[in-house]
This record gives sequence, structure tokens and C-alpha cells, in this order.
Amino acid sequence: MTTLILAEHDNAALLGATARAVLAALEIGAPIHVLVAGHNATGIAQSAAKLEGVEKVLLIDHESLAHGAPEPVSEAVVAVAAAYSHLGAPATTYGKSIMPRVAALLGVMQVSEITKVLSAHSFERPVYAGAAIETVEATADKIVFTVRASAFDAVGEGGSAPVETVEFTPTMRTSRFVGRESAGGGGPDLASAKIVVSGGRALGSAEQFNAIIQPLAEKLGAAIGASRAAVDAGYAPNDWQVGQTGKVVAPDLYIAVGISGAIQHLAGMKNSKVIVAIDKDPDAPIFAVADYGLVADIFEAVPELTKAL
Amino acid sequence: MKILVPVKRVLDANVAVRVKPDGTGVDLTNLRMSMNPFDEIAVEEAARLKEAGIVQTVTAVSIGPAQATDTLRAALAMGADDAILVKADGPVEPLAVAKILKALVETHQPDLVIMGKQAIDGDSGQVAQMLSALLGWPQATFASKVEMNGSIVRVTREVDGGLETIEMDLPAVISTDLRLNNPRRASLPSVMQAKKKPLEEIDAASLGVALEPTLRIASTLPPPGRKPGSRVESVSELIDKLKNEARVI
Repeated sequence: MTTLILAEHDNAALLGATARAVLAALEIGAPIHVLVAGHNATGIAQSAAKLEGVEKVLLIDHESLAHGAPEPVSEAVVAVAAAYSHLGAPATTYGKSIMPRVAALLGVMQVSEITKVLSAHSFERPVYAGAAIETVEATADKIVFTVRASAFDAVGEGGSAPVETVEFTPTMRTSRFVGRESAGGGGPDLASAKIVVSGGRALGSAEQFNAIIQPLAEKLGAAIGASRAAVDAGYAPNDWQVGQTGKVVAPDLYIAVGISGAIQHLAGMKNSKVIVAIDKDPDAPIFAVADYGLVADIFEAVPELTKAL
Repeated sequence: MKILVPVKRVLDANVAVRVKPDGTGVDLTNLRMSMNPFDEIAVEEAARLKEAGIVQTVTAVSIGPAQATDTLRAALAMGADDAILVKADGPVEPLAVAKILKALVETHQPDLVIMGKQAIDGDSGQVAQMLSALLGWPQATFASKVEMNGSIVRVTREVDGGLETIEMDLPAVISTDLRLNNPRRASLPSVMQAKKKPLEEIDAASLGVALEPTLRIASTLPPPGRKPGSRVESVSELIDKLKNEARVI
């Protein structure tokens, strides 16, 4: 048994979700190799080689892989798959686009978004937006899986694995990269931040969202999140959305401001270690999951909190 | 141009999910079932492409029990021209769904397949990618904008960290994200009309795809609950609790 983890990167740096997927792989109990599929990605392979628990890094360097197009990346994974019993990746938009293709090309099912490893063949994963937890047993000779990064800590960086280059030529029809628009913000990454401050529809406008949420997030060094209602209303960009269809986060501290707590939102944050809810409606469902609930006018309480910290 | 839109019948998004006490699954008895919301977005997008004169035929397909006919009628009422029910009684895994869809693609020859990025019951998010891989067609997951230009489709995708734009030559597979469109509510006349549109039934077994699940669901349990929290009366009490009780700031 050996596990292959597909590294997530933006062709400039290794992204943090990879180290979390490696921790999930450690719990499987087999030796771990990491595959870096990219273009001019030697530096990324060297970063992956430092991850603790990694025995070898495979580097597939080809221009078709420069923007992470799922068609050639999945082909690259399949090209080396013969040596592995387990093939996994973080369940980010990158991993989610690639790994089901790998599974289909290998003729097996994928076990999606595992949150716990029970054994090499048994995993827990949430279904129905987290309203139920399934224990899934996979018996195929290849197990393809994605890892919900927020459910695992990251491994450290004390390792020094060898890097091996693998030749690769893609054959499949592929999508073509046109451009990328980053939401920006410059703050910590939402999915891996220790503290998240999220705003909801009660903020009333994009201006007030920024005026109330941003100073608190800055003071705490927190990432900013938003409810689906706030995103739909245009107060915050798409990729700040926390919930079933947005990002799933589990920071040490989650502060929900003016968020009522629809089940889709709770699915994205209820595994946070400490949850604070501030809202003026005492019956808001968010208070049912909050460790500390403050029923107050957010436009007074949040600036007061920011000032007092 | 032809579009194939797969739709799944799932527990309605507004119904509270109850796990069966014996751990064998989620209780669906006598509960309201509806079209998977992401699939509704896919049907809407296909209907709009037809209304814009870019697409001639929209075919909806569902794999499931006889009751999935209701889901197909809903798609027909939203603007699909015809529908196919692939009858299968037990649960069908994403890989088998993708293989069934591949067989239908080969017989119906659509230029585009558009479907939801995930079903809100299993939350697996696999079928579009698997179908694309099995067909050897390019894919665009998590679409928030679709622009057709002859034999090329340009798709804006919702990805971590922002938006990505890609282009694909047809035929291709697209999966829809939340903000692609707001699905219409079918009018009463379209609901009546939908009853007269063609709906073909075929047996899943006739497509030569193995339906036996390959993953075993050992148990389905409610998530561990959070211990009840407390109310604080003021901002200063909140700061005190976060510093001295929870020790997170």
C-alpha cells in the first residue's frame, strides 16, 4: 500500500490545503508520495518535499499543466496511478475538478470530502449539508478520495524527500485557460485562517459590510467570510461565501455578525472550535450553535468590540 | 444544437433532514421531493440558450424510480423539449450515473451536457467530471457564466480565490454553480403543456451498466451535537469570556 496525494498549487507556490491532505494520508497508515503537476514547478516540488511524512515527490512538468486544467492534470495522475493503492487530493475547487476524473478513468468511485479516516478502507464523510455523517467502506484495489481540509490539521515542514521527475504527454481534449480574476482582499486565506469574521444580510449594504466587518477582522488578524444572503445581495464577493455550497471552515474562533444561521450556512462553519454570534434577533438559529451569543445591534456592538480589543 | 440536462430527484431543500434511528440512512418516507436545486439552474440555463435561438433541442434525463417522472415534468415545464427516464429503483452511484449518461450521449449526440455541480443529498460532486473524463470531452465545473460563440463556449468558473475564465470547443460538459442564474417558476400553462411533451422510459439494465453499489455505507448517523452555549450581556463580558474562558484571543 502506498498513498499518492496530488499537491495543490497556483504554479507559484504550494497551497496550504496540501499539508492537510498529507495529514489525512498519514492516518491511512501507508507510505506517502506527493505528485506536483505543473509547469516550471520545481520550486513547488521542493516545498512539497519538506512536508513531514512525505517519502517521495513526483514532479510532472508540462506546459499543458500550467493553469491546472483538470483534463491533463487528471491524465497525469492516472499516468502514475499503477503504483498506488490510494489516490487523494484536497477537496478544493482544484481537487474537486480533477479527482472524480481520475476515479472514472480508473473505473472506481471516489469517496468525496472525507472528514475522518477510520482505517485504510473506511472513512467518514458528511452528506445532506452535514445533517448526517456516513461511514463509507471502499473495497476496490484503488481508493480515490478528496479531503475536507478544515477537518485535518497541517503536517509540519521538517522533511526532505527526494524529487523524481516523470515524463508525460497529454492526449485528451482540454479546456483552454483565458484568465483569472482574484477576489483580492489581501487578508489571511479563509479556508485556513485561525479566526474568521463573517457578515450577513443584516449589514444592509456593501459599504456597511466593509465599515463594520473589516476593522474587526483587521484587529484580530482574521479572514473575512460572508453568508450566502450577503453574497447574493452583493455585499461581499463570491469566494467569501461560507456554507454548503461555499467554503467549509473550522477556525479556532468564528464570529458571525448579523447572520441568522440558515442550515446551508451552519454546514460551512459549525465545526469551528468557538463560535460567537452577534445579532439583534434573539430567536435567530445561529444562537443554537453559538458558544457565546450576544443579542445586540450589530452597528453598535461590533465597533465597540473592535475598539475594546 | 442539442443540450442534454441530467436532473436528480432529491429531498426538498426546505425539508428538515432526519436520520433513521437504526443508522441505515436518511428517512425519506412521505417527505416532499424536488429537483436538485443545482440541476434547476442547469435546466434554466439550457432553456435560456434555447430562447436565445442558440439551441434547438433541450432533453432532460433522470435516473431513478418511477416518481422521477415528476422531476422530468418539472424540467419540461421550465422549457425542456423532451425527457428520458432511466428507471432504476435502488441508489445509483455517481460512476454508474456517468456511465448511463455516456450511453445516452452516444445515442442522442448532444453538443453540450449541463448539470448541477452536486446533488444536495449525497454531496458527492462527481458526475459531471466523471462523464467528461469517460467521454474525453473538456469540462467546466462550477460555472457562474456561460457564453456560446459558434462551436466555442466560454465559461466563467467560481474557484477558490476568485473567478477563472476558460474556453472549450464543443462538445463539452458544464456543471453549474449557484450564481449562474435564478431558475424560473414554471407558469400554469407551461405545466399543462409539459404533460403533453414526449417522455421516454428506458430500463437502466438495458444500457449494460452495472448498478450494484461499489462503496458500502456502513452507517449514517446524526453529526455530533455542540454543547449548549451561553448568552453574554455585553461586549465586555464577551471579551472576558473569549480571553479567559475560551482562550482564543
